[in-house]
Amino acid sequence: MTITINHYLIVSFLLFAIGFAGVLVRRNFLTILMSVELMLNAVNLNLIAFSRRLSDLTGQVFSVFVITIAAGEAAIGLALTISYFRQRKTLDVDEARSLQG
Amino acid sequence: MTDGALLTGTAGWLFVIFAALALGSAIAVVAARNPVHSALFLLLSFVIVAAIFILQQAEFVGAVQMLVYAGGIMVLFLFVVMLVNPGVTSVGKSFQKQFDVALVLLPVFLLPFLYILGTEKLPDVASRPDAFRMVGTKIAGNTEAVAWVLFRDYLVPFEVASVFLLVAMVGAVVLGRRSLEKMD
Repeated sequence: MTITINHYLIVSFLLFAIGFAGVLVRRNFLTILMSVELMLNAVNLNLIAFSRRLSDLTGQVFSVFVITIAAGEAAIGLALTISYFRQRKTLDVDEARSLQG
Repeated sequence: MTDGALLTGTAGWLFVIFAALALGSAIAVVAARNPVHSALFLLLSFVIVAAIFILQQAEFVGAVQMLVYAGGIMVLFLFVVMLVNPGVTSVGKSFQKQFDVALVLLPVFLLPFLYILGTEKLPDVASRPDAFRMVGTKIAGNTEAVAWVLFRDYLVPFEVASVFLLVAMVGAVVLGRRSLEKMD
């Protein structure tokens, strides 16, 4: 089986689409955060594949940066989850209709 | 390797297996109604994607993926899931019905992707098998090579990333604590 860059693009497109669908479709705050992580991971897959295709290490360095951003995003998102749960006693994002704290 | 093939033979079949497993566990993340199951499937997906990275000679990024994602982020996620413990919700409360929006968005994203996939030609770059191992002129490991690029060409973004992590940490602490008035 010969794998080219196109196979990588298709897999990462599907992973990104699944994450995107998760953000749109789910109501649970935590699952939405997990779907965002899936999307970031799909981008990493693309970066690594192009890095190999072009024999350039920059893609690998950038995916390390993407992982850093994902870690920060997870920390902030989970802190928001906890403070949201304290206020509303639920994780349903549809309950968040007002700006009042 | 001349015609743009990234993997051949057994490695190619390994990629197919890993890709199928990663996509399956990603679907399970979105479809599972219990957040604990979602988190565990997400962990599985991260580990499999790390395996795909290692297939692509990106050993350092694969290791970082395992340590940061599978080790750090997922532990954080599981802690929060156990802390708030929302339990299993019914299908009607788990999913939104936005099929009309999805039907519009699907061609909007899929058609340009397929068009570019079919027409775009990448430049023919001479494949260098040791490109991910070269430090200067001698051959070392992938970690040394990544560090060589990171600390020479991307030193400023690296420092900015450390400031970003500090800001994220302070923000998480401020958001996560109880307010002083409510504690009294």
